[in-house]
Formats: sequence, C-alpha cells, structure tokens
Amino acid sequence: MTTSQQKMFAPLHTLRRAIPGLMLATSLSLQAADYPTASVNTTGLSITETTVTVGQLHSATGTMAISETGSIQAEQLAIDQINAMGGVLGRQIKVIPEDGASDWPTFAEKAKKLLVNDKVATVFGCWTSASRKAVLPVFEKENGLLYYPTFYEGLEQSKNVIYTGQEATQQILAGLDWIAKEKSAKTFYLIGSDYIWPRTSAKIARKHIENKLGGKVVGEEFYALGHTQFGSLINKIKLKKPDVIYAIIVGGSNVSFYKQLKAAGITGENTTLITISVTEDEALGIGGENLVGFYSAMKYFQSLDNANNLAFVKAFKAKYGEKSVIGDVTQAGYLGPWLWKAAVEKAGSFDVDKVTAASPGLELTTAPEGYVKLHPNHHLWSKLRIGQWKTDGQVKVLYESALIEPDPFPKGYQ
Amino acid sequence: MGQYTASELWSITAMQSFAGFSLFSVLLLMALGLAIIFGQMGVVNLAHGEFMALGAYTVYLCSQLAHNYAPALIPVYFLFAIVAAFLASAIAGLFVEWSLIRFLYKRPLDTLLATWGLSLIMQQLFRTIFGAREVTPTLPDWLMGSFKPSESIDIPINGVFVMALTLALTGGVWLFMYRSRLGLRMRATVQNRNMSGAVGINTRWVDRLTFALGCGIAGVAGAAFTTIGSTGPDSGSRYIVDTFLVVVFGGTASLLGTIASAFGIAQAQSIFEFFLEGTMGKVAVLMTIVVILMIRPKGLFANKVRS
Repeated sequence: MTTSQQKMFAPLHTLRRAIPGLMLATSLSLQAADYPTASVNTTGLSITETTVTVGQLHSATGTMAISETGSIQAEQLAIDQINAMGGVLGRQIKVIPEDGASDWPTFAEKAKKLLVNDKVATVFGCWTSASRKAVLPVFEKENGLLYYPTFYEGLEQSKNVIYTGQEATQQILAGLDWIAKEKSAKTFYLIGSDYIWPRTSAKIARKHIENKLGGKVVGEEFYALGHTQFGSLINKIKLKKPDVIYAIIVGGSNVSFYKQLKAAGITGENTTLITISVTEDEALGIGGENLVGFYSAMKYFQSLDNANNLAFVKAFKAKYGEKSVIGDVTQAGYLGPWLWKAAVEKAGSFDVDKVTAASPGLELTTAPEGYVKLHPNHHLWSKLRIGQWKTDGQVKVLYESALIEPDPFPKGYQ
Repeated sequence: MGQYTASELWSITAMQSFAGFSLFSVLLLMALGLAIIFGQMGVVNLAHGEFMALGAYTVYLCSQLAHNYAPALIPVYFLFAIVAAFLASAIAGLFVEWSLIRFLYKRPLDTLLATWGLSLIMQQLFRTIFGAREVTPTLPDWLMGSFKPSESIDIPINGVFVMALTLALTGGVWLFMYRSRLGLRMRATVQNRNMSGAVGINTRWVDRLTFALGCGIAGVAGAAFTTIGSTGPDSGSRYIVDTFLVVVFGGTASLLGTIASAFGIAQAQSIFEFFLEGTMGKVAVLMTIVVILMIRPKGLFANKVRS
C-alpha cells in the first residue's frame, strides 16, 4: 500500500478494526488498530499495520567485531522480548541488520541506505566514537534517530541521537572521588590508547585530580592502538610509584598490558589500578587471573544483584549460551529498544520528531542496571559502580553512587 | 632525578635494559621469517603477519586439546605446541607457494596485491573458525610470573623465554643458511637462478621449501607471542608494519643486517619511550629511521654487488 492509499483508507481501517480494538481494550498491550498507520507515520517510514522496520548498524566483521557483537546480541534480545509482548503500538519490529565492517565511511554509507532506501523508523548502532561521528551528519540531514550504546567522551549532543551509555564525567568523576578517598591517593599515573576517547577522558581526569582532589598527575601517556610492548612504561611506573594507575587502554593492547604488569610483579595485591575500559567482555580476553584485585568503574556489571538484572542475564544466557558474558556496553545496547518503545508509546507516533520530543523525562524501571531516566540532553541519568575483579572474570561490586546527572559539556573540564 | 635513590636507579636501569633486549628479541623473531622470504627470495609477503597468527592459533588449539583431554600435559604442552605451530604454518606456506606465489615470482607488484588479498582471506577464515573475540591459550605456570634477583628487580619469565627462543631460532637459521646443503642451494638460487638450475638444483623445490621455512618461522614467532599478548583475527596486521620496518632497515638481503636493525630499533624505542611518552617515542624512532634510510637507502647492511 502506498502512503497516499494508507491515508485515504485510514478511517475505514479504524472503523473496521474498532470492535476488536474495543474488546481488547482491557488487555495491557497496545493494539495496532488503535493506532492506524496513517496517523502514527506521517513521514513515510517503513511501517505497515502489522510491522515496523528498524535498522541495526554495527561491525559484524573487522577489528571492532569483538566489541560490537555483544551490543548486536543485546539489541536483538530486547527486540525479541518486545515482539513477544506484542510489539510497539501493536506492530512487530522487523530488523534490517547492516554491517559497518569497522570502517567509518562504510558506516556512513550504510546509515544513508537504512534511512533513505529502507526508511527505517530508528537505528540501533555504532560503537566507536569515530563511527558515530561518521554517521552523525547523515542522521541530522535525513532526520533519522540513532540509539548509541557506548560510554564515550561526551562533548556532543544531537537531537537525532539518544546516548544510552555514560558520557565521560559520569564514568570518571565519581570513580576518582571514591578511589582518592578509599586509598588516600594523591598521585596518579594516566595511561591510555592514543585516540579521542582516552585522550578526552584523561584530560577530564587530570582536571578533576588537580583541581578538585588536590592530587598530582605524575605521568600521562598514550600508546598506539595495538601496541603490545609495555616494558618501558612499567619501569617508569615502578620508578614513580604512583598511588593509583588510571588505565584507559582498549582492544588487543589490554591483554598485553595486564599480562606484562603481572609478569613485572604489579598486581592487585600491591598496587591500586582503576580502569574505565575493562568490562566483562575484555576480561574474557585478558583472563581474570591477570586482573585480580584491580578495579573497574562502570555503570553496569554482570554480577549486579537485582531482579531486573538476574532476569536479563538469564534470558541472555538462554539465547546466546551459558558461557557468554555481558559487559557495560551490552547492557546499554539492551536499553535502546526499550527506550525507543517507551518514547514511541508516549508520543503515540513513530515520527522521529515526535519520538524525540517525547523522550526527555522517560523512565525505565526495568533496566538491568536499575532505574534510569532520560535527560533533556539525550543522555541517561545513571549510577556509577566500582567493581573489583576476581579470578573468574567477574567483579565484586564495592561501591554504588547516587544517580548522576549527565553533563556532556562539563564546565571547568575542557 | 634527585628524588630517587641510587639502588632504585640501578634496578630501573637493569630492568630497562632488559625491556630493550626483550623488545629486540620480539622484533627479531617477527623479522626472521620475513628476512628469508622477502630478504632472500624477494617476495613481498603482506600475509606474513597472518602466518604468525596461524602459529598463535595453533598454540591455542593445542592448549584447548591439552586442557580438555590431557590436563596432565599442561605444564609441557607448550613445547610441543611450538613445533606444531611451525609445522602448521610451514605446511600452509607450502600450499600458498604452490597455489599462488610461484606464478608471481616475476611480477613483484602483483605479489603485493595477491598476498594482501591472501591476508584478508586468512583473517576472515580466523574470524569464521575461532570467532572475532581475541583468545589466549592457557599457559603453563612456569612461564608466568617473574624472577627476582633482588628485592626491587623483577625480570618477567615470559620475556626470558622469548629471548631464549629467539637466540635458538636465529642460531638455527644461521646454521641452516650458511652450513647446510639446502641453505647453500637456497643462496645459490637467490644469486643466480639460471646457473643454479644448470648445475642441477631443482630451483622450484628450493623456492617452495624456502617459502615454507619462512612461514614456519613466522608460526614459531606467533606461538611465542601468545606468552606476551592475545591472538585475534587481525593480530597479524598489527605485526606486519614493524616486521617490514626491521627487514628493510637492516638491508634486505642480510641476516646480520636484520639482527642489527632489530637491535637498533628496539633499543631506540625503549629508550625513547622511557624518556619521552609512548606515542612520541614511536615518532622519534620512525624519524630516526627515515633519516638513516635517506643517508643509506639500501639499509644498514646492503650487499655491495654490481647489478
């Protein structure tokens, strides 16, 4: 049916379906008939009386596949669960998966395809900041909607993007406060991979350490992605003896870094190390025995003990195998479809403008991480947790902050 | 450096020179196989890193086997795994030479493209078979941890192991190339293919075995690197740049050049990294190499022959 036909027949549809609609009015799920396509879709998105099409844009191949697979799985799980509950406005969600292949121009091209050719109602996707920056102009020009799951450096806010991970200050500040107090730490050594997220995060951490905590940064350095030889760095750490090592190393380098720390006798027993780049996913590669006693600062850990999370972990493992692990970004990916469903239902429409207008103030009480609320700046209010690693690659949660307001453009930290 | 005591400085110097030697052995191990394939045969093998990854994955497979079927073997399996890694990569090399490289000896630019394609194919195979996630074999306990000659010095045992392996392998390659019958034939073929054929050397088989040997050594390097880092489908592409850097900087046709170049780059890098920060250290090393290559375009140890 074309859009104009849909508009013409819309009243008829309403009439014809009005009776069963009324009969089911007592049931909890929303019926498509209550929301005729013509009225919930005024911008020509790919929506029928029974389905709504969404896009999923991650790297299924290439370097980033290791990280993005978790997000793909979590989003799919959420969509399956929503469909089993009756879908969104009575429509089953149909997913068009696209592979960004860890290549940023490919991301932009696929984003354009999803928005222009497939006319998807929303997209769940991207992982690295580079891929998000590549698709951003496409989403803004075509007025698409993107749910982005990764914790990232902040300094961005778009009306076309909902950020379900933490921005840098949410992840960094409370963690630094905790470690400074708990360990009476004064000196910090910042180590990161050499690209925008670790560099921006280190900048925020340095400002906080120097201006708010009255501490001192005794070293700050960055290594190319994929760097595997940390011998010289480890010797410098041994010479400068910082109270805290603050690590923002990503990807394959992580494994070499923690293995070499252990081989050089720097372990959780004698050294305080806190990282914002190791989730359960990375721990699987690094090996719990190399991480034992170190800390991670994240909003979510698989071992969180609450009813929402227990159900989520159970469903995830049932679908993807007993051995699968869930990291922070995987959980944030899981929130995307739920937040979108809530926004669409609040707006009573799939139109992107109406969905984004309905988004601020949305609350999810069923999130595995606990209660979250969507801020007018399109980021989530969320808690920060500190976990201490155990040999089995899971953490013991030692600290939980209050809900932290997202602040993507923090004053005094730029 | 007033705030540090003499003994602290002494231990750091000791550990820092160890770090330099450790990096030296890693670079040399990476470059040895390529020194044969690129240096001797002149094949620009961009898939060399993937042969390392193949070796690393072989170790991972052996570790899984030992873990699941013969836990008693865990302390010793690693030694067998290294041999298995050599064989796996060498056999794969043999096959690649037979199916691809032998058609391209006279077309170096096409070799570049073909081996680049091969590297992509191998990466995707790794991804399909082993998954996108990085894997780490279970290493025997004696390989982990550190050796403490004094209170403030930690010498990582895996580093010592890689050094010993490099030493043994370099010695082996030298013996093979300069003291064995096959090595003699190999060098003869490289210097003058027609003449070698005329005196009865089967140059086609020499090529094939040489290529396989280079790949096998890459496999051993990959196996050794499992003690340092993890293995993923794209691990090979992480190594390839440094590998070519060492071989080209050393002068392509010289084993001694490769050793000297690995030593020079490793020491420079670890010293620069210590006094500058990580990224700047690398920049300084690359700048130095560029300047030296401008002065000596054929590398440190160029063969002085009339062409």
